[in-house]
Amino acid sequence: MAATATARPVVAARARRRHRLRVLGFMSPWLIGFALFFAYPLAATVYFSFFRYNLFQLTPVGLTNYRFLLHDPYTWTAIKNTLWLVVVMVPLRVLFGLGLAQLLTTIKQGGNLLRSIFYLPYLIPPVAATVAFVFVVNPGTGPVNDIVAKAGIDLPDWFNDPAWTKPGLTLLTLWAIGDVMIILLAALLDVPRTLYEAAAIDGANAWQRFRTITLPTISPVLLFAAVTGVIETLQYFTQAMVAAHVSQGNADQAGTSVAPGYPGGASLTFPQVLYDEGFRQFNMGYACVLALVLFAVALVFTLILLRQFHAFADEEVS
Amino acid sequence: MSPPPWRLVTALVITAAATACTAGNQAPANDGPKADAPQTIEVWHGWSADHEVKAFDDAVAGFRRLHPNITVKLVKGQDDDKILNAIRSGTPPDVVSSFSTNNVGQFCSSGALQDLTPYLKKDKVDLNLFPKAVQEYTQYKGDRCTLPLLADDYALYSNTALMKGDPPPKTLSELTALAKKLTVRSPDGTIKVAGFLPSVAYYEHVPEHIAGPSFGATWLNAQGRANFATDPAFTRYLQWEKSLLDWYGHDNVTKFVHSMGQEFESSNPFEKGKVAMAIDGEWRTKFLQDEAPTVRYVTTPTPVEDSRASTYGGGFVTGTIIGIPRGAKHSQAAWEFVKYLTTDTNALVTFANGLGNVPSTIPALASPNLRLPAQFQTFLEVFKNPNSTTVPSTVNGGDYVVKFQEFVQDQWEPGKVPDLRQGLQNLDKKVNDALRLAGG
Repeated sequence: MAATATARPVVAARARRRHRLRVLGFMSPWLIGFALFFAYPLAATVYFSFFRYNLFQLTPVGLTNYRFLLHDPYTWTAIKNTLWLVVVMVPLRVLFGLGLAQLLTTIKQGGNLLRSIFYLPYLIPPVAATVAFVFVVNPGTGPVNDIVAKAGIDLPDWFNDPAWTKPGLTLLTLWAIGDVMIILLAALLDVPRTLYEAAAIDGANAWQRFRTITLPTISPVLLFAAVTGVIETLQYFTQAMVAAHVSQGNADQAGTSVAPGYPGGASLTFPQVLYDEGFRQFNMGYACVLALVLFAVALVFTLILLRQFHAFADEEVS
Repeated sequence: MSPPPWRLVTALVITAAATACTAGNQAPANDGPKADAPQTIEVWHGWSADHEVKAFDDAVAGFRRLHPNITVKLVKGQDDDKILNAIRSGTPPDVVSSFSTNNVGQFCSSGALQDLTPYLKKDKVDLNLFPKAVQEYTQYKGDRCTLPLLADDYALYSNTALMKGDPPPKTLSELTALAKKLTVRSPDGTIKVAGFLPSVAYYEHVPEHIAGPSFGATWLNAQGRANFATDPAFTRYLQWEKSLLDWYGHDNVTKFVHSMGQEFESSNPFEKGKVAMAIDGEWRTKFLQDEAPTVRYVTTPTPVEDSRASTYGGGFVTGTIIGIPRGAKHSQAAWEFVKYLTTDTNALVTFANGLGNVPSTIPALASPNLRLPAQFQTFLEVFKNPNSTTVPSTVNGGDYVVKFQEFVQDQWEPGKVPDLRQGLQNLDKKVNDALRLAGG
């Protein structure tokens, strides 16, 4: 009896260990991926942030890189610009995408053609799309301002005027709204028709149907669009950099140094500062500090959005 | 009891972080086989257009004949990021070429490229082959880790038809007077034809192309710190620039510049006859030949301050650089290649003819085999002129130049600097803080 009693816990312990190993075995692809592509880069970024690192020499500098962040005027300009884009561009992107998708659900004839037309700009590579857009709206090279001027409206010099550069970039983003539009369109088409019919019988008007049926049903997709929109905007780089170079007109070449963020720092976004510090000035340590700030801000925004949407969903359920 | 998974993850992270500490350590340079041994060297360069690649290949042909034991493998389209990553990973090519003279400070101070002084001494190569400004932009604090491979320089282009018989200016007062005389305005004051646009927003009218050659401005002091508030030449440059800009009207200039096309397109205002005089690089001769063959023009050195008339003849000089990375497997053969390509007159002339650039040694400038437009002669003269200037290397590249240009374009030209001295002092501080951050 006693031998059997002691053998049972041993067998059970072995079984538990085997079970854990099996679980670990199944999880290992994820664990390896997590360690290689997330944990290690993150740990390395934290580590290098305490060094002056030019890709060849490591010199410990303590908190110098963090202190420099506090009074680096370029970084603060970039933070302000990036926050502007997050606060203005992301909501407009979701609203515009939703409006367009809603419109497409109501069109009976030619809907497929319109979907393709609205989706097409998204397929153009960002560099080509930005170059074309800047050329078209530039008063010197494109027709848009001239055509609108004939109607008595003076459009601004979008990408050469610091006050209008970020609105110009927002317009560019709204032009290439295809990705958001298509997922919201799919979500809208997925809302059960029976709910609308029941609501109509109960006398709900269009706004009430949208508020109480459409929004709660598509809220996970809206959350996805908002979260990915925030993350994409925090990493906003290509369009801002290309627009600045194209509108400035002169080439960045040997013997000529071009300041980023033309005009007047209005298009300087956080990832551009990060790139400039890391790969043009080789301040990898400081670039790591900037990367950590970007990571922290993205995390905070995502948590806020998740919380807001959960609160919204709970409210709808109650 | 086996550790829970999170402990394993933590251990992995800590291990990874610990191994990351050694990422920057590399083995010392390996000299490899002697130059006369059979071997293959790999050469990375940034040129990518077909005619550029062919020009480089043609320039290397002589080396192949001279050193049949060395097989040269040319790899096109390489930039500084790729070069640095290859060196850092311990598998660099044997020779690298870069368009970024601004990065010489970083290349030399970090040891990414080998100091060429021992090779130069061993083979008794006289550095006076290269003009003074070129000698300067290929080294950092005495560490000569690069040599020049062709060059660019800048001079004044004048449209003969728009000049209406006036000779090109030699001094800034002549330039200013002509700029005003040749400008044609619309009734509302906007510019139809500009004599000379002083704004840094106008393509190559950036401060380094004017402040140094025309005003004698010294960018860094003896300690390697920013000199903007201390050197009165910067104040004189800014005052001249703003005075002429205000004559045009800042808004008029901005509107005019923004109504123009891109620098390297046929819509360039000098090529379209919208600008009478402009400072530009030697490559514009080739563009004019191809895109605006009917435009008649002359080239002359950049005008200088009246008080510095004796320095007339110089200009801004920069160019492509070439070096041997740390860890190159065939350093001896690589040096033979670098020496040949940077000092052999025939190789440089062949390359210059192919690219339309300035050959980078003084003997090559005098070669009868140079086949370049007549207007190109000015650039050859500017290149060897002792008054030509460049911008010094720093550990953070051309950051100080970028910051100065930004100050001029965003604050000074729109009239947002009430106290210039204070503004330049603030700029000095910004530049010096960034230099210190980079270890300079």
